Amino acid sequence: MAVATGLYGISFGALSVVAGLNVAQTMALSLLMFSGGSQFAFIGVAGSGGSPGAAIATATLVGVRNALYGPQVAPLIEVSGPRRLLAAQLTIDESTAVATAQRDPAAARAGFWWTGGGVFVLWNTFTLVGALLGDAAGDPRRYGLDAAAAAAFLGLVWPRLSNPTARVVAGAAVVVALATTPVLPSGVPVLLAAVVALLIGVFWRDEPARASALQEEVER
Amino acid sequence: MKGAVLWFAVIAAGAATFAVKLVGHLLPRHWLAKPQVARVAALVTVALLSALVAVQAFTSNGHVVLDSRVAGLAAAAVALVAKAPFVVVVLVAAVVTALLRWAGLP
Repeated sequence: MAVATGLYGISFGALSVVAGLNVAQTMALSLLMFSGGSQFAFIGVAGSGGSPGAAIATATLVGVRNALYGPQVAPLIEVSGPRRLLAAQLTIDESTAVATAQRDPAAARAGFWWTGGGVFVLWNTFTLVGALLGDAAGDPRRYGLDAAAAAAFLGLVWPRLSNPTARVVAGAAVVVALATTPVLPSGVPVLLAAVVALLIGVFWRDEPARASALQEEVER
Repeated sequence: MKGAVLWFAVIAAGAATFAVKLVGHLLPRHWLAKPQVARVAALVTVALLSALVAVQAFTSNGHVVLDSRVAGLAAAAVALVAKAPFVVVVLVAAVVTALLRWAGLP
């Protein structure tokens, strides 16, 4: 996991500088935001000329899944006071996965803090390495780094496409984003795609969910 | 965005993302631990990332454009099917695109 985090951090740092952030701004994202998907989303919108509002909204929405980790992690680690702020900042995909996989409470606590802290140190160190490399690279198009940013998003979404509804949403998002790009300000088509996902998610139920809803209806 | 505006956006987005994490720790557990909430949140993430793939790969200055990036993205997809690690996926896209541009394609 350490190697994966390191290489992922280098990719982020380099692409962030290519998107137009300076090294200090890139580091501020890794230190303050500390959530890979949100950080890539921010630089994606900023790099393609989006407004501050669109970049902030997109990064925040990509980070919403972290809010759902809190209820899983909080009862395992049982912290209060200022340490709660630290625990919140370290609540990410990796630390949640490790903490929830442990059977005994002490191992869950240790797993959460060591994984969260370890990833934080690695992520920020390698973001800096990547940012310095990106700074030295020069014209990003010449090295195909604009395509690398697209590939990074593809790599982030790939493992989330395992169910049919997710694939329908992905297809709809691509169509909506491309169809509205010529007529809407940069960054807005991406947010519009999120609205479409929200509508599909609320109104189009998966088969098992629909079946159990019918069952409840019958029992009533 | 650049300069002070970009700094503002970086700090505001960082604060908002942190607030979202904190909300998960502070809200009563049963509010968020619902399958329907998790499902919609997962779909919103999929939509945002998919839309970002499309915008990064197929648009340029507000127009839909097909250029060497398409081949780079296709190569990245092949790498993902082959279960390559993240950095390899990103590098493959960059190398394929750079080679095509070096050969004179847009």
